[in-house]
Formats: sequence, C-alpha cells, structure tokens
Amino acid sequence: MLGLGADRLRADMNRLLAFLFHQGILDEQYLQLQQLQDESSPNFVSEVVNIYFHESEKLLRNLRSLLMDREFSDYKKMGIHLNQFMGSSSSIGAKRVRNVCVAFRAASEQNNRAGCLRALELLEHEYCFLKNKLHELFQIEQQRVLAAGVRYPMQN
Amino acid sequence: MGLKQQQSHHHSVAVKVNEQMGTKRGYTFIQANRAWLPKFLLLWVMVMAFLSTWIYKKMDADNKVRRKEVLSSMCDQRARMLQDQFSVSVNHVHALAILVSTFHYYKNPSAIDQETFAEYTARTAFERPLLSGVAYAERVINSEREKFERQHGWTIKTMEKEPSPIRDEYAPVIFSQETVSYIESLDMMSGEEDRENILRARATGKAVLTSPFRLLGSHHLGVVLTFPVYKSKLPPTPTVEERIEATAGYLGGAFDVESLVENLLGQLAGNQEILVNVYDVTNPSDPLIMYGHQNQDGDLALLHESKLDFGDPFRRHQMICRYHQKAPTSWTALTTAFLFFVICLLVGYILYGAAIHIVKVEDDFHEMQELKVRAEAADVAKSQQFLATVSHEIRTPMNGILGMLALLLDTDLSSTQRDYAQTAQVCGKALITLINEVLDRAKIEAGKLELETVPFNLRSILDDVLSLFSEKSRNKDVELAVFVSDKVPAMVKGDPGRFRQIITNLVGNSVKFTERGHIFVKVHLAENAKPMVDAKGETCLNGGSDEGLLISGARQFKTLSGYEAADERNSWDSFKHLVADEESRYDASINMTVADEASENVTLMVSVEDTGIGIPLIAQDRVFMPFMQADSSTSRNYGGTGIGLSITKCLVELMGGHISFISRPQVGSTFSFTAVFGRCRKVPYSDAKKSNAEDLPSGFRGLKAIVVDGKPVRAAVTRYHLKRLGILVEVASSVKIAASACGKNGSSCGSKIQPDIILVEKDSWLSGEDGSLSFRMMDWKQNGHVFKLPKMTLLATNITNAELEKAKAAGFADTTIMKPMRASMVAACLHQVLGIGKKRQAGKDMPNGSSVLQSLLCGKKILVVDDNMVNRRVAAGALKKFGAAVECAESGKAALKLLQLPHSFDACFMDIQMPEMDGFEATRRIRKMESQANEQMNGGLDEGSARKGEWHVPILAMTADVIHATYDECLKCGMDGYVSKPFEEENLYQAVAKFFIAKPISDS
Repeated sequence: MLGLGADRLRADMNRLLAFLFHQGILDEQYLQLQQLQDESSPNFVSEVVNIYFHESEKLLRNLRSLLMDREFSDYKKMGIHLNQFMGSSSSIGAKRVRNVCVAFRAASEQNNRAGCLRALELLEHEYCFLKNKLHELFQIEQQRVLAAGVRYPMQN
Repeated sequence: MGLKQQQSHHHSVAVKVNEQMGTKRGYTFIQANRAWLPKFLLLWVMVMAFLSTWIYKKMDADNKVRRKEVLSSMCDQRARMLQDQFSVSVNHVHALAILVSTFHYYKNPSAIDQETFAEYTARTAFERPLLSGVAYAERVINSEREKFERQHGWTIKTMEKEPSPIRDEYAPVIFSQETVSYIESLDMMSGEEDRENILRARATGKAVLTSPFRLLGSHHLGVVLTFPVYKSKLPPTPTVEERIEATAGYLGGAFDVESLVENLLGQLAGNQEILVNVYDVTNPSDPLIMYGHQNQDGDLALLHESKLDFGDPFRRHQMICRYHQKAPTSWTALTTAFLFFVICLLVGYILYGAAIHIVKVEDDFHEMQELKVRAEAADVAKSQQFLATVSHEIRTPMNGILGMLALLLDTDLSSTQRDYAQTAQVCGKALITLINEVLDRAKIEAGKLELETVPFNLRSILDDVLSLFSEKSRNKDVELAVFVSDKVPAMVKGDPGRFRQIITNLVGNSVKFTERGHIFVKVHLAENAKPMVDAKGETCLNGGSDEGLLISGARQFKTLSGYEAADERNSWDSFKHLVADEESRYDASINMTVADEASENVTLMVSVEDTGIGIPLIAQDRVFMPFMQADSSTSRNYGGTGIGLSITKCLVELMGGHISFISRPQVGSTFSFTAVFGRCRKVPYSDAKKSNAEDLPSGFRGLKAIVVDGKPVRAAVTRYHLKRLGILVEVASSVKIAASACGKNGSSCGSKIQPDIILVEKDSWLSGEDGSLSFRMMDWKQNGHVFKLPKMTLLATNITNAELEKAKAAGFADTTIMKPMRASMVAACLHQVLGIGKKRQAGKDMPNGSSVLQSLLCGKKILVVDDNMVNRRVAAGALKKFGAAVECAESGKAALKLLQLPHSFDACFMDIQMPEMDGFEATRRIRKMESQANEQMNGGLDEGSARKGEWHVPILAMTADVIHATYDECLKCGMDGYVSKPFEEENLYQAVAKFFIAKPISDS
C-alpha cells in the first residue's frame, strides 16, 4: 500500500462497475448519485445505499409476510410496497431490481399469487446479488480512499 | 395554283420541321402543340380536299376547252366541205346553163333536145353529187304560149299537173334529167318558191336558192337552185330590165340537202359523235331547218356555229354542230384529283401518326425518366436507410468493444497484451470515425443535411479546434496558429458544428501530413483578397529580393515558422498589407463599416496553410473525390480514409462557398475556402470587442504588452490573441529593440507605452540571449519612478526542462505560454503571471449548466416531500450539491405542518405517490391554506409589508412518469411544474429557472 495500489483499486472498481453496468444491474442513475458525492458529503453514496438496504429489507419482509398469509387478499398494500421499492431502486439506479419490481407489480395487479411468489423469489435473489456487489464495491472504494490518502508531494 | 402549291408545300415543310425540332429538342414543339395535332390533321385534310377539287375543276375545264376546239374544228371542216361540194355543183349547173344557152339558143336549129339533155346530164351527174336532178325551163310569154304548146305538142301544166291558167309568163320545163323527168312540162312559175327564185335569178343573173322545203319526189328537205339562161350576150354591166329582157329560160336543180349532208358526213370520221344541223337563217328570227331534226336531243350545252356560203348573196345559211352525247365525265381528272387527295391524306396521316408516335414515345420517355429518377431515389433512399441502420448497428457494438477495451487497458496486462489491446482500440476508433464520416457523406448525398443558422463565435470555435490538435502539434514540434481578421464580425450566423467540422478536417489533415514548420489558419473577409493579390503582384515587381533571408545557410521565408509555404499569400509581405489595411480602415473609415453593415451576409475566406509533404501533382485533381488518397501508401503511413476532404467540399458548398488548394510537393499545401455567413444584427460591429470580452475575461483590458518576435507573421498572430483580451500590443522584432523601447519609455515617463508585460518568443530569446541580459541589467527604478516591473513571459511551442530552467534564470515568469495560443489559455497564463482576477476566472470555468443552477439554488431553502427515504435522501443530496438548504418531510401531513404560515421555504419538491395523503392532495391543501392567509393579509395591510405580494410557495412535482396527463393534473391541483425522478440537471434547471432569479455566486 504505497499509493501505487490506489490505481489498481480504481481499476478494480471500474471493472466491477463496468460489469454491473454490463449486466444491467446498475444504470446511469448510480453515476449521478456518485456525482452528488463531494467534499461536503463524502459518504453520500454509501449513506444513501445503506438507507436503501434498510428500507428494502423492511419492504421485502413485509411483502413476504403478506404473501405467506393464508387468506391473503391485500394486493393493494402490496402494490404500495412495490411502488416504494421501485422508487427507491430507480433512485439508486438498481435497474434489475426495479425491473423485477415492475413484473411483480404487474403480477400483483392481476392478483396472480403464484406469479407474485415467483417474482418475490426473483426479487430477493436480485436484491441479494445487488447487495453483495455493492458491498464489494464499497469495500474497494474504502480501500482506495485509504490508499489515496497516502499522498506524495506532486511535482507540477 | 402556284400559290396554292407553295402553300401546301410550305405546310408539309412546316410539319417536317416540326418533327425535326420535336426529335431534337425533346418535347418542345410537338409536345407543346399536342392538342393541336388532330386539328392540324383536319386542316391538312381540308386543304388537300380543296386542292384536289381545284385540280379536278382545272382538268375538267381543260377538257371542255379541248372538246370545244374539237367540235369547232369538226364543224368548220364539215361546213367547208359542204360549201365546196355545193359550189362545185353550182359551178356545174352554171356550166350547164352556158351549154344550154350555147347549144339551144345560139344554134339554130337547136342542137339540144330532151334526149340529148337527158343523156348529157345523166352522164355528167357525177359532177353534181349534191343535185338530185337538173331541168331546164324555158321562158314563155303568154303571147307565145300557143306557139310553144303547138311546137312541143303538150300544154303547160301547173305543179299540180293541171293545165296552167293564163298568166303573163310561164316557165315550163322542156329538158329534164331523167331523175326528175316527172317535172317535164310543169310550169316552174306556178310554184311559189320557184317563181320567186326565177324572178330573183333572172334579175341578178346568178344562182339563187330557195328556202328549204320538201322536195316533190323524195320528200326530203331540199332547196332548189335556179340559174338564168340568157338568149343574147349581155352588156358588160347589164341593168335588171336588160337581164329580164335577155332571159331565155332557167336552169334549175334540186339540192337534196338531207341526203347530201348525210352522204357527206358519212364520209367523215367521227360522224357518230357529232350532231349537225343546217339552217337557213335568211330571216334570223325564224331559222329554217335544212338538215337535221329540230328537236334532237344532244349536248345542248356546247354548240358550234359555222357560216355557210352557198353563193346566194340573198340567203344565209349556217351549220350548227353539237355533240351527240353530253360531255363524258372526265375520269382522268376525277381519278387524278382523287388519287392526289388520297395520297395527301395518307401523307397527312403518316405525319400525324408520326407526330402522335413521337408524342407518345416522348411521354413514355419522360415517364420512364421519372420512374428512373424515382427508382434511383428509392435505391439511394434504401441504401441510405441501409447504411444508416447498418452504421447504427455497427456503432452500438463498437461502443461496447471500445468501452471494454478501455476497461481492459485499465487492468494488469503484459506489455504485449497491452500493445494488442491498444492496437485494437485504435482500430476501433478509426472504424467509428469512418462510419461517422460515411454517414455524414451519405447524409449530404441524400440532401438530408441541413445547416443550422445560429449565431456563434467564430473565434472561439477556431480556438477550440486548435486546442484539439495542440497536443499532436506540440509533440511534432509544429507550430499551430490562428489569425482572424478584425473585420470579421465577432458573431456570425451559421452552422457552428459544420464549420468546426470543416476546420477540424483541414487542420487534421495538415497535422497528419506535417512534420515540421507550421500550420496556420487564417480567416478574413473575402473582399480582402484583392488587396492581397495586389500586394503579391507588388512583391513580384520588387523582384522578390527580400523574400528569402539567408539565415544560417538556409533560405528563410517570411512565413509563420520560416519554412517555405505553397502559397505565398500568407507570407509577411502580403500579410502586412492585410494587417495594415485593417488598421487604417478600422480607425478611419466609418463609411466602410456602414457599407459592410448594409449587406446581409458576410463572405469569409478561410485558409489553412501547412508546410507538410504536399500533394503529388498527379493526385491533385482527385483530392476532393471520396476514398481517393494521394496514393495507396498514404493510408499506410498516415491512416485515414480519404473521405474527409470530400465531405469538407460538400459542406463548403452547402455554406455557399467553394474550396480550392495550392500544393507543392515537399513544400506544403494551402487549402482555402470561402463560406457565406449571416451577420448578427444584435451585435453591432462596433461592439465586437465587447462581445468578445463576454466569453473572455475582461481583467486585462488596458494592459500594455510588448511582443518580441523576429517573425512578423507570428507576431501578428500573438498580437491578435492579445488584442482579443483587450491588451494593447507593440511588436518588437528583437529583444534589443524591445529593451530600448522600454528604456525610452522609462525615461520619458511612459509617454507612449509602459509595458505591463513582455512576451518573448522562444526563438527570439534563444537567438538574442544577450538581449535578455540587458533586460536584467536595466534598472527600472533609476529614474525615480516606481514602476512595476514588466513581467516577462516566454512563448513557445515546445520547451524542454533545461530551457525552462534557463528561462527562469533569465527572469521569465514560471508560466510559459504554450502554443498554439488560444485567447482563453493566454488569459489563464497571464492570470498566473500577473496574478489578477483569478477567483473570477475560477468561477467562470465551471461548466455552464451547473454553475447557473448553483447560482439559482444557492442559499434557497427547499422542502423535499417524499415517503421513500432513499428518494428523499437522493433529492436532498442533489439539491444540496447546488447549494440549497434542504429540509425533508416524509409525508404530505408532515409537509403541511412544515408549511404552516409563516414559513421560510423558497420551494417545495413534492412526490406524487405517497400513502395516506398523496402529492396532489397535499398541494391542494397547501394552496387552500395560502389563499386563506392571503385574504387575511389583504385585510391587514401592514402585516404584508414583511413579505411583499402573496403567499405562494412554488411546488414542483417529482414524478417518475412524465406522461402529459400527469403534468396536466399537476397544474390543475396548483403545482407549478414538475421534475422527473431521478433528477437530471437540465430538467431541474428548466423547472427551477421559472421561479428563481439567479443570484451572483459571489454573494454566497
């Protein structure tokens, strides 16, 4: 960690980001989010993403409990949850999660319980995947920041 | 006829000429008169019908004339023959009379008796073919009657064969031819006609004729000829009495005219076709027929009269001839006319048919041509479409490839791998460029490329283009410079993108092919070209002795870099004219300016000069053809497709100009083009500087600078850039001169110029290093004035570290102004050197949109209402970034609470979809609240003084779907606008700009 690692870490991060973009897991909105991060709010992205995780887990729990209920009928409430989920996902640019939400909502609007269950499975899967990847990304970011902290006087 | 023929001839010729013209000139005459063709045909037919009728009539008339002639000649012939025969007979009767007088009266006793007479006459009857018979009647006076009757032994009888009554005189027939023996002893004087005849004959002594009557024997029509016979010889001119006295008797003969004429006509040819009548017309009112039938039908239309003279002066006869049949229809004439008509009809029809055919063929031709054009257009369109689609389809994956390659290059690669990846990336980029160019070209060819007309700053575009190539040119140590004439308006109307493309293409080419020397872009008004040409001529007249200066053994040219250029127009000799001309005009002639102003458009002449490898002579004529490079090795060495120049040419032509070039192999090329731009009315010419200053920092205005440069062209370029910053510039050709100028100024209290800065060209500095020493030696304070030391800055294209150190040592500022110069870059460097206006500059450097947004939102207090925590956080973050103070509410109710009046929020961003109370409802309530407050406020006026106007917090909807209906609903419930989620800078700006007035950033 002599500062040389910073570049490598940046490359790693870029690679990971590129992968996420290529797979359609993230979209431009994430970049917008990154742009909002500056000296005044250095941890803006991770802060937002953490809120997102927190909220999403709550929502997922709610959705699951709703669906698991035997005499399940409250599709409307599920729609509200899904709208929430969709809004927050599109805000951080989680494209695939959002798309699954759209499908989920379509299924719920048709009162298609089996479809809803399948969608929920998929949503949980996607969410986990996203979460892991974003965690990975933040870790690299953290390392990079640490590495970048090692500064050498630059010659102009 | 002649006239008619001419006319018809003329007509047909006209038609022929028409045809020729028709075939030659496409569809001029025949096509133009196609509607007239049937009328032409009809006219032609009518004219021909008329003509053929006329021909028929003419021929018919000819025939009639001929027929008449034939008739008259036949008639005359017959008349003559009849007359001849008649006179022969008369003569013979005369001779007979003489015979009778000789042998009957002179001889005594008479030698003639009936027998002799009969025999003689019978034997000489052939001599008198016309006479049916002759007889001799003696004159017997009544007193002698008895003696006579006794002598002959018979009594004198009348015609009715009765014994004659007593009369004065008798003329009994004593001799008669056997054919008329029945009249012997008949008294001729008893018949009325005969008596009259006899009396007349003896009075005249000539043969006389009776009028025609039915003859006794034959019942044929006939006349009787009577000839007097005298007893004694008559005196030479006897009187009538003497004649009567001497009369002894009368010789008579009956002409059987009918049989005679018949006989006669029978001998002649053509007897059948002609009808002959002979009339006695002694009494003209009552012609008596002698021969022929009175009521015989025949051709009554045509008759011929011939006079007959039978030797009787008292009687007149005439012969009338006519044709038996009516004139036969003239078949020849009819056929001729008809055939003529038919032939003309056919000719007319053929011509008509030909014309119709021509018209049809031409129509077909045009139709085909149109179809062809359409087919071609369709083909082009199809290929364009194909090209566009394919290009797009290629571009999309290519972006992926390039992106991946870029990422790949970020990873740990071995040098070989890196090399491969880099090569792939370069190739990919080249491919993308090619596709873009092909697309461009296709667009131009399809005519789909439309030029914009927007005002733009030409100078800044040139600066941008140059900065694009600055890296490359610096690496090659090629000097890159731009010069824009002061007379070129600061803002022109045109298509900045395309203009940039043209310049980029040309400069890019130049950079590619130039390894040494310079690339010089120059823009001036096209009208200025003339003085320059004059200047050129002048140079030539001067013998060009000052063109090359011998410096270090090599020919040095007065161009930008000192290298020879293909076109001398940019060398100093002509360039100075331009500059000088400009200055004089700029200062003096306002009229000129006014005149320039008057015209709508301004034609600019742009030239790009390089000192590269040039274009081989053989390749020069196909430079502008697509995909044609000078030779195949070019693309190997320099890359590129050769499509750029053809696009450039198209673009220049679209801009209403033309492009040309002068190139000398191994010397360089100069491409120059003209382009027409619109003038910007808004920015008056006189304010050019002001508008320039708008995008350039104005902190340098009024500064004075000295540029030290041995090369006048380069100095002029430097001067141009400094001038744009508002700096007054003096040019010195060497350090020494500059130093002396400064010194002078120092001593004379800065009467003329007190430089704030001295810009020294690296070359000049290196060549005159001693001079720099003299700079340092100079003591500015010696005159007792506290001068600010002029800053010294080096101008260089490329500078090594060693040189930099040296320069620093020599007292130059740290910052070297690197070429190519751009006004903004120069400004930045000068900031560093002079240390002024840095802060403002920094502010200005920010990207346009965000800086404006920052100015809009800075210091505003904004409420964000969203139930979604993540969204809330992101929106808040975004707004905070632009300097707004953000507060959040997680529901409509919370927002209502926060917005209880009075509050201090400047705006509210409201999510629409929220549980419990959605955005619409919340907004409605807020508005209701506000209107109540406003009413109260209007009641108590003094309270409103704190906040002028009414309560109305701008509420902007935040929504993910931007359907129009949603927008309408937003407005309906009292919102002021909407922004799409997630935030986009531009969108946000558009929404916010309506409510907030930009505050200068400096206030913050």
